[in-house]
Amino acid sequence: MSITKEQIKHVAKLSRLEFDEESIEVFTEKFSSVIDYVEKLREVDTEGVKPTYHPHPSIRNVMREDEVKESLDREEVMKNAPENENGYVKIPKVLD
Amino acid sequence: MGLFKLTIHELRDKLNTREITSEELVNEFFNRIEATDEYIKSFLLLDKENAIKEAKNIDERRVNGEKLGDLAGIPVAIKDNISTEGLKTTCGSKILSNYTAPYDATVIKNLKEAGAIIVGKTNLDEFAMGSSTENSAFHTTRNPWDLERVPGGSSGGSAAAVAAYQAPFSLGSETGGSVRQPAAFCGVVGLKPTYGLISRYGLVAFASSLDQIGPFTRDVEDCAIVMNTLASHDKLDSTSVEIEKVDYTKNLKKDIKGLKIGVPKEYMGEGISEDVRENIKNVIETFKTLGAEVEEMSLPYSEYGLETYYILAPSEASSNLARFDGVRYGNRAENYNSVEELFTKTRSEGFGEEVKRRIMMGTYCLSSGYYDAYYKKAQKVRTLIKEDFDKAFDEYDVIISPTTPSTAFKIGEKSDNPLDMYASDVLTVAVNIAGIPAISIPCGTSKGLPVGLQIIGKSFDESKILNVAYNIEQKLNFNETPEIGGVK
Repeated sequence: MSITKEQIKHVAKLSRLEFDEESIEVFTEKFSSVIDYVEKLREVDTEGVKPTYHPHPSIRNVMREDEVKESLDREEVMKNAPENENGYVKIPKVLD
Repeated sequence: MGLFKLTIHELRDKLNTREITSEELVNEFFNRIEATDEYIKSFLLLDKENAIKEAKNIDERRVNGEKLGDLAGIPVAIKDNISTEGLKTTCGSKILSNYTAPYDATVIKNLKEAGAIIVGKTNLDEFAMGSSTENSAFHTTRNPWDLERVPGGSSGGSAAAVAAYQAPFSLGSETGGSVRQPAAFCGVVGLKPTYGLISRYGLVAFASSLDQIGPFTRDVEDCAIVMNTLASHDKLDSTSVEIEKVDYTKNLKKDIKGLKIGVPKEYMGEGISEDVRENIKNVIETFKTLGAEVEEMSLPYSEYGLETYYILAPSEASSNLARFDGVRYGNRAENYNSVEELFTKTRSEGFGEEVKRRIMMGTYCLSSGYYDAYYKKAQKVRTLIKEDFDKAFDEYDVIISPTTPSTAFKIGEKSDNPLDMYASDVLTVAVNIAGIPAISIPCGTSKGLPVGLQIIGKSFDESKILNVAYNIEQKLNFNETPEIGGVK
């Protein structure tokens, strides 16, 4: 197995996910099998090959004027926020 | 009356001659849904009241002599990762089970302007991650041809809805085959358009450099009709391409004498089941009778398609799904003592196993020290896969292959092993990686299950693909239908 339980815990922390001790064993095993699988790419010679980040290389960055326009209705949008107050979304205290 | 079995172009003609009204049509489809969805479970949400209202509105406009388009008054089902104003848009996930979209995706806006009637939202693998619809947080959709089998995925609900005659057409989305694979499993037509042809605005993002919306229809002509409405440049999607408007029905029926077709040997070899291969061999012979030249060729880097995909797609997903944190929308965990805990508990409770696995995969591949070995490496192989296709299209007009290595598999057969599940996309992912278009059409059955033919074209050559698909569809005359709950 290429990936350890400790590595999974670290990646989980970066991903803002957590696993209990019971499920982490199975998760690590399946995760490792996928990583081992994609390792096959190492055998491809990519010396001098440029990466493709976008399927149509002709597309350039699209800019627009910074104009004030009508946006979504605040009240409608806030209906989806789990907690809100005075038009703001609410979260626990961040700074003491 | 059996109206539900008709195609869009047949229904359009009946609406235009006032033989039927849209209200009758919508009622007919809701009756059909009521009779069949307890078996199939295509839908997550139905919107009958509003659908009837919109249908009456279209009927009134028609009576008033207004000239209406091909889709006016025609029902449509929408995959539940496409935003629909005022309707729940759950992405098949617990984390969004209470989310109502405050705006319409551009494709929805286009459909509404064309007068199409939204009947409901369809089931999918959570956040479109999966190949069987078993990863939905709500329920598993069943294949109309065999209720013990999967409809494919991730757009399984949309494919099953068209196959079960619950809607004449539907929308799905693709990242690695999520329209074509379920189209093949359910015996319907499914198109993955060129990246950038259809706006992604309002499609909940999975892997932004691969995602593309695509339609399911009963036949190829309908696919062309729907594409006329879906394809549009959109200022709200910076990757949407500005090209001249094409009428996809215009060249549909031209003959294909002299057409050069390539058959990649990698797509017909090991791992492809014998019955699927036999079906495709039969299609190749049929193409020859239509005057096409068919040749075996090679796409050598396709062998690395799945590995490339399973680095690129999770990497992009891990970034896109960071927005689901329980702050602005979606469900929030109940017990937490800090913001950090709020994020972690919300996400751990809200996401299913496969989504977690892909977020973790992506985070791992993008993390410091691994980026070059995984993500950058995969982007380089992506270049090689794309160059394979570029070279091929210098020589061939289209490339054909099976859509899937086998017919629909059984529910539960692959759900325990992610690699087995991923393998069902082996013939479709390279197309997404290269950004090019491809269609799947039914070309026969094996042991009562449909087999899909894939036709791949070069970028923005949808007209050609549709023309080729139309010709072979007419010649093959596939007309088998599934039996649901004892009803044909």
